Amino acid sequence: MRERTKYLSLVSRALLLGTMLSAPEAAIAAGIDTQNFGQIERGHYLTIAGDCAACHTLPGSGHDLAGGRLIETPFGELAAPNITPDPTTGIGAWTDDEFVNALTKGTGRDGARLYPAMPYTYYTKVTRDDALAIRAYLNTIPAVQNAVKSDRLPFPLDLRVGMAAWDEMFFTPGVFRPDPGKTAEWNRGAYLVEGLGHCGMCHTPKNSLGADETSARMQGYNLQGWFAPNITNDPRRGLGSWSIGDIVSYLKTGHNGTSAATGLMAETLTLSTSQLSDPDLKAIATYLKDRPGDRANQPGQTDNAPTTPDQATMKTGAQIYADECSGCHAGNGKGIPGLFPTLSGTPVVQQTDPTTLLHVVLRGALSVGTKPAPTAAAMPAFAWLLNDDEVAAVVTYIRNAWRNAAPAVSASDVGKARDSLIERSD
Amino acid sequence: MARKLPHKDAVVIGLGWTGSILANELTDAGLDVVALERGPWRNTATDFSITYAQDELRYRIQHELFLRNSQMSVTFRNNVNQTALPVRTWGAFMLGNGVGGAGVHWNAETWRFLPTDFTLKSHLAQRYGASFLPEDMTIQDWGVSFDELEPHYDEFEYLCGTSGQAGNLGGAIQSGGNPFEGPRSRPYPTPPQKQGYGHMLFAQAAAQLGYKPFPQPSGNLSRPYTNPLGVTLGQCTYCGFCEWFGCANYAKASPQTTILPVLLRKSNFEARTECEVMRINVDNTGKRATGVTYVDSSGEEFEQPTDLVLLCAFSLFNVQLLLLSGIGTPYDPQSGQGQIGRNFTHQTMSTALGFFDKDKHNFNPFVASGAMGMIIDEFNGDNFDHSSLGFVGGGYIGEVQTNGRPIETTAVPPGTPAWGSKWKQALKDNYLSTINSGGAVHASMYSYRDNYLSLDPTYKDRFGRPLVRLTIDFHDNELKMSSFLTDKFAEILQQMGAKQIVKKPRKAPYDVTAYQTSHLNGGAIMSDNPGNSALNRYLQSWDVPNLFVMGASAFPQNAGYNPTGTVGALAYWSAAAIRSQYLKNPGPLVHA
Repeated sequence: MRERTKYLSLVSRALLLGTMLSAPEAAIAAGIDTQNFGQIERGHYLTIAGDCAACHTLPGSGHDLAGGRLIETPFGELAAPNITPDPTTGIGAWTDDEFVNALTKGTGRDGARLYPAMPYTYYTKVTRDDALAIRAYLNTIPAVQNAVKSDRLPFPLDLRVGMAAWDEMFFTPGVFRPDPGKTAEWNRGAYLVEGLGHCGMCHTPKNSLGADETSARMQGYNLQGWFAPNITNDPRRGLGSWSIGDIVSYLKTGHNGTSAATGLMAETLTLSTSQLSDPDLKAIATYLKDRPGDRANQPGQTDNAPTTPDQATMKTGAQIYADECSGCHAGNGKGIPGLFPTLSGTPVVQQTDPTTLLHVVLRGALSVGTKPAPTAAAMPAFAWLLNDDEVAAVVTYIRNAWRNAAPAVSASDVGKARDSLIERSD
Repeated sequence: MARKLPHKDAVVIGLGWTGSILANELTDAGLDVVALERGPWRNTATDFSITYAQDELRYRIQHELFLRNSQMSVTFRNNVNQTALPVRTWGAFMLGNGVGGAGVHWNAETWRFLPTDFTLKSHLAQRYGASFLPEDMTIQDWGVSFDELEPHYDEFEYLCGTSGQAGNLGGAIQSGGNPFEGPRSRPYPTPPQKQGYGHMLFAQAAAQLGYKPFPQPSGNLSRPYTNPLGVTLGQCTYCGFCEWFGCANYAKASPQTTILPVLLRKSNFEARTECEVMRINVDNTGKRATGVTYVDSSGEEFEQPTDLVLLCAFSLFNVQLLLLSGIGTPYDPQSGQGQIGRNFTHQTMSTALGFFDKDKHNFNPFVASGAMGMIIDEFNGDNFDHSSLGFVGGGYIGEVQTNGRPIETTAVPPGTPAWGSKWKQALKDNYLSTINSGGAVHASMYSYRDNYLSLDPTYKDRFGRPLVRLTIDFHDNELKMSSFLTDKFAEILQQMGAKQIVKKPRKAPYDVTAYQTSHLNGGAIMSDNPGNSALNRYLQSWDVPNLFVMGASAFPQNAGYNPTGTVGALAYWSAAAIRSQYLKNPGPLVHA
């Protein structure tokens, strides 16, 4: 089975060229004190905050950050390179500057452009100090000899020369600049969200060339069979109904009073956010709560008013809901905290794009288990039980019952989702 | 030749309730633990999904969750003069299989035994004189007291989130609870389940007759609950598909809904499913287990070396593995000597059907839970004076109708044709207005010299190992008790206003095809006396001190309650002894 990983916006082969160069000596990069354990520890934490393992560790391989995981993009697949200190197949032979340039400028060791599947468009905000700390940590992990062939894109996307033009159009290099009008906590949150956390990689819509739609930052994006939801403070589709504590709890434990993480976010949570400090999570939440939806710029996303779905559909949906859903999610859609997510008033069911809802209903979903919230309840699959009309009715009902409001879902939408999920192995 | 695997600190055989509890306790103590489970992995959403869990044909009739007889069965006879035959489809009891074991398919009635149940022999001898007991009755004291077990009952109930009404808090009798229960240190973790109209009508009638009805303690939860391990359970929807079924709503306490989510996160725990243990290996002194030999689904044989073996299979199979491994002395019913196989018991179940006027009563029997119900405990254990009754023992009596399922729950009045339009009309007329409490009288079965477990001389499993042979019949003591208790239940039905009552007291011979709960007990019993038991009071083998044997196989006789609460309490009691005493100083915890 192919491994797929979290979405990266455009074709890339990341650090490949550098890793393939011969390096006779495994030079420990100059400028890093190998006994500065404080720096190494900080680098470890920042590596987690950057969720490097999501792409650079092949799950089940037993080799941290040794690469080889296939990364799914709308343009094809790439394999994440080996970033262990192995001098020939990893980055052991790189200088610190080469590392910092790759991380923050998207340039490979030989000057070739990286593909922005490597989120240098976000990591550019990372300070040099933090980049060096990450490097210091990476120098300490076991070197694994694992040659990864990253380039797997079809012609002409395999030609990296095009990336210079892409960068010219879409990449604004530059370290994070704090907003002096905001609190230190807000600025810390902004630094993490817009930098290492690279939240927008999944949550910001992309244009046809795979670059962020900067006018709709973090308003949600469809990738890999899911819809990464709106994480602005939008009252209906975003985090408007979540307190800072709700966001912190979600990122820390995978669960809060109303929602549970599953799918791609479950992995992000396991590898990254659940291991971040409470002050950092609170800073992230503070920043996200200050993101306006800026909905006016998004066609189809401007509707915050209740919709009026077909009443016959709503009636059918209500009946299916009572039979199949209410046992866990309760008649009032409130669910059970920590076990069965709330559907009433919940952003994820009211996204304009119903992909996640259809995914969960058709295929089922396993919520993430964490040490503080180990239960990890799962939703069973309904694809075999409900036909497209029935799924459309119940999903439309859920999206518009109680005080929810979201566009109706058609049977053909369900059919398309069903077909695309059949093709997915994850 | 078995492939020898790297050493593990402890091996758990069977990943049901007791295996999960012991594995969790021992991994908490820092041990590297592997669990070997004969059956498959089971998860709620994928194995008993809400989309198909309530399928009576699949689970109740076709036994989907149970051990397949072609993989392992047992043989049965009523007495030593008969030749036992193999059981080819389960009848009198259902044997679980797979991760979660019987904890997946139980009804979740979560009882404590009475304090006097643990000192049964000495208590009865003191109250009635030793000669009061039948000559061939082999009941014993357990070697552990209710007070010693109370903290561990509490531990199991708080793990499960048990829903109930305390009857005795630290010695103070509580109204609405069971006044006969032993003193409990704190209330149940969640309030009792809701009760149906039939259940409340029973309670009202019982109260009118002077009894003290109370809600049955239930592991199907009245409300959501997060246990001390941090695992959250849901809320029962009263769908009436509990016993024989997995719960799709995370509302029934099971290893899956209480422990496994935590256990599986531990790096010092590993579970191997579809792995059948062939035997426990002992060294040449016969006093020390060196590991276990098991076979995986590809037929490959492995030897798993270890320092500590936890035998956590179902009671019958615990005894079979002890016998197959040559641990302890097999019991001989002729001489009464030997420890392994003795004091095999089941339960003495009976009921009475109550047909009511359909124009006055609608019981909605399909609104149910496996452990809802209103109970009286006046006739359990030694809660009543037996001196003039000619028997000992007893049971709880209640309206505990657990389902209205369309295949099974179709009582019609006597004289109704067994099929055709008249049967259909009778079913239609009576379905909603019949009290059909399957376990209305849930009574004890005490132990006897001639009820025992042994290896069958003829029938073997697919590996050529002898099946375990059940030799069991009802004795007059139990039959008299059943008749007495069934009459008491019928009196309450009368008081409820039944227009017709059909009593069904338990009759001999013991019938291996008629379902009677899956509460099979004994065979590897505990006591203070190594001469008449397999295990000491900590469930440690007298013969092989690095072997502990969990489960109802340790019961010297069965009380008038469902066993799981006591099985759970004993597992925690044993685990506490292992952690606080055995691991510090491995060896016998009681010196014979």
